[in-house]
Amino acid sequence: MVKKSVWSMCGMCTVRCPIRVETEDNKVTWIEGNQHLLKGALCAKGSAGIALLNDTERPLRPLIRKGGRGAGRWEEVSWYAALDYVADNLKTIIKKHGPESIMLSCRGGPFIDLLNAFIHGLGSPNFTNHDSGCGRNVHHASLSVYGLGRKGFVYDIKKSKHLVLFGRNILASLRIAEVNQVLDMLDAGGKMTYVDVRQSLTGIKATRFFQVRPGTDYALALGIIHEVLKEKTYDKEFIEKYVSDFDKLEEFVESYTLEWAANECGIKAGRIKDFVQEIAVDRPKVVFHPGWMMSRYRDSFYASRALHILNVLMGNVEVEGGQIFAKGPGDCGVKEIRSLDAQVPKPTAKRADGVGWKYTHFDKGPGLFPLFYEAMQTGEPYPLKALICVRHDPFTCFPDPQAQKEALDKLDLLVSLDTHYSEFGWYSDVILPESTYLERDSLIATQKGPKPRFIMRRKAVEPQHDTKSLNEIIKLLADRLGIGQYFPFTTTEELWNWQLEPTGFTLRDFDDKGFVSLADKPVMFDRANLDGKFKTPSGKIEIISRVLTDAGLPSLKPYESPEKPDKGQFRLVFGRSPLHAHSHTINNPLLHELMPDNTLWINKRQAAKLGVTEGDWVDVISDGVTGTIKAHVTDFIHLEAVYMVHGFGRQVPLQTRAYHAGIADQKLMKGFLTKMDPAGGGLCLCECFVTVRRSSKNPKRMVEL
Amino acid sequence: MKKYMIYLNSKRCIGCHGCEIHCKTNKGLPVGPILCEISQEPLKMVAGVPKTEFRFRSCYHCEDPDCVAVCPTGAMQKRHDGIVLVDQEKCIGCMACIGACTWGVPQLNPDTGKVVKCDYCMDRIDAGLKPACVTRCATHALKFVTLQEI
Repeated sequence: MVKKSVWSMCGMCTVRCPIRVETEDNKVTWIEGNQHLLKGALCAKGSAGIALLNDTERPLRPLIRKGGRGAGRWEEVSWYAALDYVADNLKTIIKKHGPESIMLSCRGGPFIDLLNAFIHGLGSPNFTNHDSGCGRNVHHASLSVYGLGRKGFVYDIKKSKHLVLFGRNILASLRIAEVNQVLDMLDAGGKMTYVDVRQSLTGIKATRFFQVRPGTDYALALGIIHEVLKEKTYDKEFIEKYVSDFDKLEEFVESYTLEWAANECGIKAGRIKDFVQEIAVDRPKVVFHPGWMMSRYRDSFYASRALHILNVLMGNVEVEGGQIFAKGPGDCGVKEIRSLDAQVPKPTAKRADGVGWKYTHFDKGPGLFPLFYEAMQTGEPYPLKALICVRHDPFTCFPDPQAQKEALDKLDLLVSLDTHYSEFGWYSDVILPESTYLERDSLIATQKGPKPRFIMRRKAVEPQHDTKSLNEIIKLLADRLGIGQYFPFTTTEELWNWQLEPTGFTLRDFDDKGFVSLADKPVMFDRANLDGKFKTPSGKIEIISRVLTDAGLPSLKPYESPEKPDKGQFRLVFGRSPLHAHSHTINNPLLHELMPDNTLWINKRQAAKLGVTEGDWVDVISDGVTGTIKAHVTDFIHLEAVYMVHGFGRQVPLQTRAYHAGIADQKLMKGFLTKMDPAGGGLCLCECFVTVRRSSKNPKRMVEL
Repeated sequence: MKKYMIYLNSKRCIGCHGCEIHCKTNKGLPVGPILCEISQEPLKMVAGVPKTEFRFRSCYHCEDPDCVAVCPTGAMQKRHDGIVLVDQEKCIGCMACIGACTWGVPQLNPDTGKVVKCDYCMDRIDAGLKPACVTRCATHALKFVTLQEI
């Protein structure tokens, strides 16, 4: 019996927690969180990785579509045939329409260097990701305030005195290190204020809970800013030194009084006042989390921006228990790891989503995926002909899959490169099966923070089926497409050595702990001299963003009250459970066993009006789309909202467990694909209203014949 | 006589149900048997915040276990340190223990046709480790406690 212990990185969700895996004869026997960073801690998904590995309801060998798109007729082919098929089609497309007609999307994360090098190597600028349906508003809000993206700061939650969360369900989202920081902070007597339209697994640990009317986050943030300014409990010195146009903020929030905000949000003014008095004492160790998935309301960009501004008012920048600049290798006197993409000439074509030329205020790294659909439909600025999705399912991530399919029908080639069957994969022309995270090596990556480190994923076992790692697939495709020179490796070990070469570290440096720490103690900048650290055009923290002004957009947008649902209607909001990573894990046997379905949370008073009690079936209807799930009747959701966990309602027949289990919120959002926050680039995914009625499917009255 | 206990600090538990999967994967269990469980009280308003308490349950490892008494083959045993366990070699899957246990703790493993139950991961304990649920608890809310006589 051959026993092994391997340092690696989880891949069940995109948090990518560090893990240690034990194997016996190429079988995984044990997975735990890396003892050095997580003291063994792992979540349910992390443990269920073994079930993913052993599950055969995932693509096990390459598949080429036989029937029409989505018809589900597949031919199993060899890797040679599949790669040749993809490469030949891409070559034809490039010849006819140019390389820029190819786009590639992924889920973002630390390994995108490989994918950027591939798409740029082909000569296309069209690299994109899922973030329009996730954190783009937060990211762009951060850029507009600090000139730094949302990963430019790390929140030192453990040492903070007060964590403020606006709908950020931080404990159910389960970044294990972060969750433990929150709990340690609470154990040490810290406070947590939670704002949401419903009570969540995070809110139950809070010391204060504001149940607000859906869509009024921005109002609450403005009211708090008003009160902080009125009481002058902000960091005057910090603001004088680093912030521009502070007077414009004072002027702007003048009418947004605390009483106004309380009335708008449906909470008591006195409770907000108490809160502001508390943070005045706890400051600067107060963290306003600017949000993660903030593609919610039409003003979520401005809500997030207001939260960023509140952090500035707290003066929490580069202080313990506040926001700390994310440091890289350069801050520790170490050279960066070598980048594949940096060796590739930059494509000259402009992006098809318009980012960088039509929309100058958006980050052109990944651009904005939904805008590509417009380009597909119109053929402007040029026709798009191929889409490669790497572990990204746009039909689950973005609303209105039907509208997406209509746009994709203009394309000649759809490639799904995934460990799972996704709904996009089911509709695509080719499925290239990627090995699961337990069977594949990934690039070495940098994890920035107060104590930056180099991290890596090593395969724990050899692939159990005819699957390949992303590194191999990209390399094999690149060779066929004549851009193999940008991928100077045959084995992953060669790639790793090539990446590490400038840093002076070797693979052996990862042996002890699974990562390479670049600093023993947190690296802190001199807070008295942060000049040059803010990357805005003015070099200051900008209340009025020059980039937004140049784009003709307001930096401080007047508040507009959200629409109220009509009688019998509800605003559809969605979220996540700690047991599932959205749709990725829905078909995992062990996770499905614990959470096979989603339910519709509905307020008790509203349910009573509909004659619905706990566990009854309800129809959820929106513009011709209907689904039926069980009701969860609770006091702890706002009267105007209904809630469901995202990721369910799968319609991939080969996923027999998840097939048609529960409802997919995004499928109810007909017409929402183009509803984008023009300033933040995030989609407005909580602006959909649904009708709810008691289903004729009645658990209390069913006849058996 | 009873020596061990698993204690849940409800303040740190976030209801992620990780322990249930940690247990199942360690014992290689298929869909069906679930040897430990997290449950939660309905939400209740406490000082303006809807709160809940989490509870953890596995096996009580009774002082005088009915499951052991009823087992016809001696597969169900109580060890010197109080752990109630099933000897897989001796279990014939008659399920008498399942009926005998007030809490339905022993469960049938459909893959093997034999009974499985929480044994505090005794192979791990004997190797100086902690049970799987405790070792991997996402928030370190579960503690493996050795009881001492005072």
